Amino acid sequence: MSALLSPFAISLGGITEVGFWTGVGVLAGIYTLLALGLQINVGYTGILNFGQAGFMAIGAYAMAILVIDVGLPFLLAVAGAIAIAVAFALVIGMSSLRLRADYFSIATLAAAEAIRMVAQNASGLTGGNQGLYGFDAAWADMSQTIEDWLGGIGIGDAGGLLPLLIVVWGVALLAIVLLRHVQRSPWGRVLRAIREDEDAARALGKNALSFRLQSLAIAATLGALAGVFLALNLSFVNPQAFEPQAGFIGFAVLILGGLATYGGVAFGALIMWTLLEATRFVDLPLEDGQIASLRFILVGLLLIGLMAFRPQGVFGKREEMVLGD
Amino acid sequence: MWKEITVVEAMSLPQGEASSPVGRRVRRYVSRPAVVTTALVALTGLLLIAGHGVGDVAQTGLNGLSFGAIVALGAVGLTLVYGILKLVNFAHGDFLTFGAYAAFVANVSFGLPIVVAALLAMALTAMLGLAFERLMWGPMRARGAGMLQLMLMSIGAAFVIRYTIQFFAGSDVRMLDVDRTAVVELLGLRIGRTALIAGVTGVVVVAGIGLLLRFTLLGKRMRAISDSLALAETTGIDTRRVIFVTWLFAGAAAGLAGVLFALTTNVKPELGFELLLPIFAAVILGGVGHAFGALVAGLLLGVATEWSTLVIPSQWKLTIGFVILIVVLIVRPQGIFGQARAT
Repeated sequence: MSALLSPFAISLGGITEVGFWTGVGVLAGIYTLLALGLQINVGYTGILNFGQAGFMAIGAYAMAILVIDVGLPFLLAVAGAIAIAVAFALVIGMSSLRLRADYFSIATLAAAEAIRMVAQNASGLTGGNQGLYGFDAAWADMSQTIEDWLGGIGIGDAGGLLPLLIVVWGVALLAIVLLRHVQRSPWGRVLRAIREDEDAARALGKNALSFRLQSLAIAATLGALAGVFLALNLSFVNPQAFEPQAGFIGFAVLILGGLATYGGVAFGALIMWTLLEATRFVDLPLEDGQIASLRFILVGLLLIGLMAFRPQGVFGKREEMVLGD
Repeated sequence: MWKEITVVEAMSLPQGEASSPVGRRVRRYVSRPAVVTTALVALTGLLLIAGHGVGDVAQTGLNGLSFGAIVALGAVGLTLVYGILKLVNFAHGDFLTFGAYAAFVANVSFGLPIVVAALLAMALTAMLGLAFERLMWGPMRARGAGMLQLMLMSIGAAFVIRYTIQFFAGSDVRMLDVDRTAVVELLGLRIGRTALIAGVTGVVVVAGIGLLLRFTLLGKRMRAISDSLALAETTGIDTRRVIFVTWLFAGAAAGLAGVLFALTTNVKPELGFELLLPIFAAVILGGVGHAFGALVAGLLLGVATEWSTLVIPSQWKLTIGFVILIVVLIVRPQGIFGQARAT
């Protein structure tokens, strides 16, 4: 019996390390931002955005290019990257948001793949498969300032990721607060009305397409921010970081937390990345590639299991799961 | 105008009568979008011939037909499942990967001849499709699951299939045990023997499925279920059997498409996912649920992809599929052969 079980033993040593949890925290924060965008689209507006990885890629690449090639200051480059992502969202949205939900999802997936292909092949601009480096000097300074300040109040040796962790979650929590506020406004109620019954919303004189575009633009903003933070976390950008899988992990995060709840997204992201990163400590005689495969099998099983047995996720309400009925 | 005709036909379906006058048939097939598409293809072809000469255009066109036949074979299963079961199966690309690896194991690990390996791959992929139907899609349909639920489940299924393969086989690129250097000369054009075999097989099989569905009772039953599952059931159609056969066709065609693509390129875990968007493009361009539409659209897409290499660097050629997909969705979401449907 013990001989059978021993290969599956988990060495929990690494899980108590601070470095593990800051790493998980940063990724969870990034995916919270990404999935908040999915939440406003899928959960509150009823549009199936499968292209969130594309907005993330635009955010990361545009920021890097604006810093390296144009020489913009870091924060201005971030603003520029968001503007570009929003512009792209408007182009996609105006052409495809009139479509049926399933066609829209395919169109957004295709758009995200097209973006990744541009990142891969327009090597003059994007560095191709080698990617881009050297855009984070300004961030390194900021990070150092935060670390010094932290050292001043006695939190000194938490590792180099702590400043990024603080900034990512600061932005993510701010986004959650703002989105919750916005959702209770008349504007937010129109979004839900469109999700529930587009014809009724239109009969009240609401321009459904315009509201959907605004929803998509907000998702693009959040996706671009997630991309910027992902780039800072990796300190390089390359096309492999933005495969459609990223967007679908975002969907797993979204469904885990539950549809139509912004707080649930943060919860889902934390659980998801704790699970995914903990696969590293599974003490199986496996190669790195196999562990990477195992993670995606886990994501797949989670998606199937949640959809089959608890489509409303942990915090969602069953009656919000109205899509496609 | 066309809408009326299809309504009349749909009403006559349950009685099993398909006696529409020739004139109506002609009008139904030679529709305006088909004429526009033909004109566009002819114009593009002429412009390319003017710029690059007949030889290059014919050569790339031939390569494109071979690739397009594989896309069509992948698309025919997806379009049937999409049209009949209303399931947008994002795992369909990974069915192709599964077929390719099944053939690899049979052909390379066990040393079986490639034809036997291909038949085995078809059978195994069909069984995979049926297993998913039995375990997931059937029960979920019975519970009245929504579209988002089913789509996300299919993405989950795609992950499970692709990464289970990658878990066991690794991410190395592998080759089937076939002679890929042999070249056949056709009217002054050159095409790899495997590409020729893949192209011909693809066209014949998809056309066969198309004919079968158009002229047999099975096809009529499928169309009836596609219109309304509940109504089809009340007319006494054994819907379970028809759904079973649908997955049998979809899985076997996908498995074969995977093997044929592996014949002309190689075997790797991303094989099917890389083809998924071209396949979706063919499904939508051909009209969801139309087997012949998938054939024509797949071939068109293949030719457009290869023709594009005359104008732009070849590493961009796969983006043509995305461009066509997005343009079709915007201009004519019901595709060339599809009928306008309430959204």
